[in-house]
This record gives sequence, C-alpha cells and structure tokens, in this order.
Amino acid sequence: MDQATLRFVVQLGIIGFTFFMLINASALLVLAERKIMGFMQQRYGPYLVGPHGILQPLADILKLLFKEELRPKDADKWLFTLAPIISVTTAFAAFAAVPWGAETTFFGLLDTPVKLGVADVNVAVLVVFAITSMGVYGIVLAGWSSNSKYSLLGGLRSSAQMISYELAYATTLASVIMLAGSLSLREVVDAQSGYWLGFIPRWYLFLQPVGFIIYVIAGVAETNRAPFDFPEAEQELVAGYNTEYSSVRFALFPQAEYINMTTMSAVATDLFLGGWHGPLLERWGLGWVWFLIKVGVILFTYIWVRWTVPRYRYDQLMQFGWKWLFPAAVLNLIATAAAILYFNV
Amino acid sequence: MSETLLFYFFAGIAVVASALVIGQRNPMYSIMLLILSFGALSGLYIQLDAPFVAMAQVIVYAGAIMVLFLFVVMLLNAPQEDAAEWDRTHPLRRPGVARFGALLAGLLIVQLVWALVRVNDASAAVGARGDVAAISSVRSVGRVLFTDYVFAFEATSILILVAMVGAVLLAAREPGR
Amino acid sequence: MIPLGHYLIVSAILFAIGTAGVFLRRNLITILLSIEIMLNAVNLSFVAFGRAQGNVDGQIITFFVMTVAAAEAAVGLAIVIGLFRHRESLNPDAFTSLKW
Repeated sequence: MDQATLRFVVQLGIIGFTFFMLINASALLVLAERKIMGFMQQRYGPYLVGPHGILQPLADILKLLFKEELRPKDADKWLFTLAPIISVTTAFAAFAAVPWGAETTFFGLLDTPVKLGVADVNVAVLVVFAITSMGVYGIVLAGWSSNSKYSLLGGLRSSAQMISYELAYATTLASVIMLAGSLSLREVVDAQSGYWLGFIPRWYLFLQPVGFIIYVIAGVAETNRAPFDFPEAEQELVAGYNTEYSSVRFALFPQAEYINMTTMSAVATDLFLGGWHGPLLERWGLGWVWFLIKVGVILFTYIWVRWTVPRYRYDQLMQFGWKWLFPAAVLNLIATAAAILYFNV
Repeated sequence: MSETLLFYFFAGIAVVASALVIGQRNPMYSIMLLILSFGALSGLYIQLDAPFVAMAQVIVYAGAIMVLFLFVVMLLNAPQEDAAEWDRTHPLRRPGVARFGALLAGLLIVQLVWALVRVNDASAAVGARGDVAAISSVRSVGRVLFTDYVFAFEATSILILVAMVGAVLLAAREPGR
Repeated sequence: MIPLGHYLIVSAILFAIGTAGVFLRRNLITILLSIEIMLNAVNLSFVAFGRAQGNVDGQIITFFVMTVAAAEAAVGLAIVIGLFRHRESLNPDAFTSLKW
C-alpha cells in the first residue's frame, strides 16, 4: 500500500499499542503492588494463581466482573455511573499527549519517521495538566452521587486535596518549561539528550533536584496515593468516595488511579529523567525501553513509599500542601528564573 | 471538509449543552452540562489556532471555576427550585408577559446576528490572514502579554488577590457562631 | 475554511442563551452559570476576531476575561453562601426586602 495509508495504519497501531500497554500497566500494577508489598513485609504476596501469582490480576478482574452491580436507591442515577467513566476517561486521555519514544521509521518500513506517542501537541505539558485536573470531577461526583456520608466526606476531601496540590504541580512544571524553553514534551525530552563531561546525562533531575522532589510529592498527592490517601483510607472512611460502588463501576476507580500513576510517572520521566534517552539502546531505535525502565523505577518508588510511610492526617495534608510545598515550588521557580538569567543557560 | 464537520460538531455541542444548562432543575446537572459546553468551546479555540487559550479554558474554566461551583452546590445542599409553585405564582409566567419576553429574546438574537454578520469581512475565511505558527505559539502570546499588556497583567494579579481576600471574608462564619 | 461569521453567530447564540438564563431562572447558582455562559460567548468572539486580524491580541484579552470571570465567580459564590446562610433559600425572590 502507498505511504499515506501505511502511515495511517502505523499511527493507528501506535495508538492501539499505547492503549493496550496502559491497560496492561494497570493490571501489572495490581500484581506489582501486592507482590512488592508482600516482599517488603517479608512474605510472598499472591502466590497461587498462576506461577508465582502472575495471573492474580486476571483473577481479580474476573471476580470484579462477576459481582453484582449495586446502586443505592437514592443515588443520583446519571452521576453515579458518570463518575467512574470520567475518572477512567481522563486517566487514559491524559496519556495521549505524552510521547514515549523517539521518531522511528520501523527499520525502513516508512519513508519519513513517525513519532512514537499518540499525539505531538506543542502545548503537551498544558494538555496533560488540563486533563488530569478534570479527573477531580470523577471523584467529586462519586462522593456526591453515592448519597452516603462517608462517600461525600471522602469525595470532598479528595477533591480539595487534588486541587490544592495542583498548584505546586503546575509551578514545578513552569520551572522545567523555563529551562527547556518549550511547552512541548517532546522538545523537553530532546533538550535533555547528550552528556556533560561525557558521562553525566543532561537530565533536568540534576538541574532541578528540588523541583523533582516537589513534583513527585505533588504527583503522589494528585493521584491520591499514600501517604496522601486519606480520602480513601480504609481505616477511617470505610472506603471513602468509592464506598457504595461495586463490580465494574468500582473496578474503574482503581484502574483510573493506576493509570494516573503511570501518567504521572511518564510525565516525570519526560520532564526530569530524560525520557527515552540513554546509553546504547537508542542506536537500535529502542529508546522506548529506557522509557519503560525509568517509568518502572518511578512506579516502584510510588509503591515503595506507600508501604513504608504512615498516612497523613487530612489537616496535616492540607497544611503541607499550602504552607510548605507550594512556597517551596514558588521559590524553586524564582531560583530557576534567576539562575537562567545569571548563567545564560 | 473535516474542518467544517468539526466546527459544526463542537459548535453544536456548545450551543445544545448551554441551552440545556439553563433548562435543568438540578444545579449539579447544569454544572456538568456547562463543563461539556466549555470543552466544546475549547475545541473551537483549537480550530481558531489558539491552543494556549483552549488549554487555559479547560484548566481555568472547566477545571477550577466549575469545581468552585460544584463545591458550593454540594456544601449548600441547596433545595431545588420548586418549579410547580414558581409556575403558578411568578409574575413572569403570565401569558402576556411571557410572550412579550419571548419576542424580545427573539429580537435580541436577530439583532446580534445581524450586527455580527455585517462585520467587514465576516464571510472571509477566519484563518486567512496571519502566520499560523506565530499566532498559535505560546512564545508570541507571552511576548505580547508581557510587553504591550503588562500593566493589565499586573492589575489582574491584584484583582485576583482582592477577589481571594474578599471571597474568604464574605464566606467566613462570624466568630462565635 | 470556516468564515468568521459562523463563529460570530455561535457566539451570539451563546450570549442570548446566557441572557435568557439570567432573566428566566430563579436559582442564584444557575444565574451565575448563565453569566459564565455569556462571558464564554464573548471570549469566543474575541478569539475569532483576533484570528481574523492575524494577531494574538484576541487571545490576550481572553485571558483577562477569564481571570475576571474567575474572580467574579469566586466573590459571587461567596455572596451566595452568605445569602443562603441568612434565608436558607437560593431563590432571588426571597431577598426582596429592600424593594419598594
């Protein structure tokens, strides 16, 4: 077939592949979380389903699919079903603007290289931020429409937490954008190629260490993961905003959470860890393997932190976000701007 | 061709969703429909080569202002309008007044449309003039914003500060209650 | 290519819908939402005109309109909260004690 159709088919394939990998990521994270938690607690984790428990996510999903679909009598009919749909849709959509590999011609199959990533927008950073900030609605509507006090409390707390930590998140993004001079994630990654002194990669992690830490903390808070998972704390709030959900509608919430984690890790990799640049593998067009490895490291850190650190109380959480993290992010921004002007970077 | 289809798609969603907003009894539904309308408007902005405004629309309007509305509606737990009682008693619902009002509304639409299409080059393609790369780049927006309009920018930041302080003061409970 | 008039017609219709909402609805929150619709219609007009002229000024004014809308929504909602605490109603007709 001619090149235009071939390109179209290849791009469709890339979109399908990204979607497929995201779903796999959420399934793998289910397993990874429980295995890593198990090993950290000196036990095996899921072990029986499949060899060493590898098929556990499949068992979990099948169980959830076969459960009864409940809806509280006074729950708002439309919003109750709309809430998990919004959560999951925004989680998947946010990854659409994240590039995960360099341009490739698939070993000469195509005439002009195609970029690995669903879309290459020149305001990609803003697109990711915009869509993740729409994810608040899923949680708020879940809490409200369940018509139950635990859900409402969980939903309100969770959304207040998410919008509070969006400030620190956005300010850190602004610092990195200043360094890179562009809002496009692909250009930010490409600005991190190459090495200083021959062996230190030009990652923004080394130029913005404080920014990276703030970004990861804000990312953990944005995705409602421990130690900031008070809104869905099992001990305090039954299950917070997803108390009244069951079966498929429930399954969409943790899936949305895992995919949000993956998106945050992917954006952190693109912004701070050099994306798909790394020694050796890029020569054979395998930069995306480095991307996978780096995303995996950050996801492991997510899970590691969850099972190591105790949970924040809600007012401590909000205080931390507004009084410590956001001023730190602003100071980081000012310092970055001053350094750029002074050193003419 | 696809551009025209996209335009009608987004414009249709924006208009229909906005019309539904003012017709809903439950304010939660109004807010969700308005978010949909904002999303469609964001699509129209992208078609007008303004990606930064489109994303700012989603972040600021759909992502922040509407969350504010949602919080207020949820926290107030407001009773919905009692439509039957309003239908019976409100002076605006008397037949003569209602018909006159509908006539005025129709006249407003006609007048607005008439005035707007008599703009000089209303039938010219909107993307004809100007360099797309320069207009749609955030760099050029930033450059103009911080040079020609910097006073308005600074004044707006003070406006936001005043609004923040005012909102906190107005909504705070009096001490001792 | 889409003519400028099309965008302006959409903006006019949205503005009229917003105005109708402000006049016809008896719920303070919905009135504020209708004001937001009107402001959005104006934003669309600005961006369309700015694009037609080939410069970014339309987009810049849009930022200011958005910011003002945010500030006005915040203060307006704070007032609504205060009013609701007073009368337990969101109907504007409940607050007519100063009317002659």
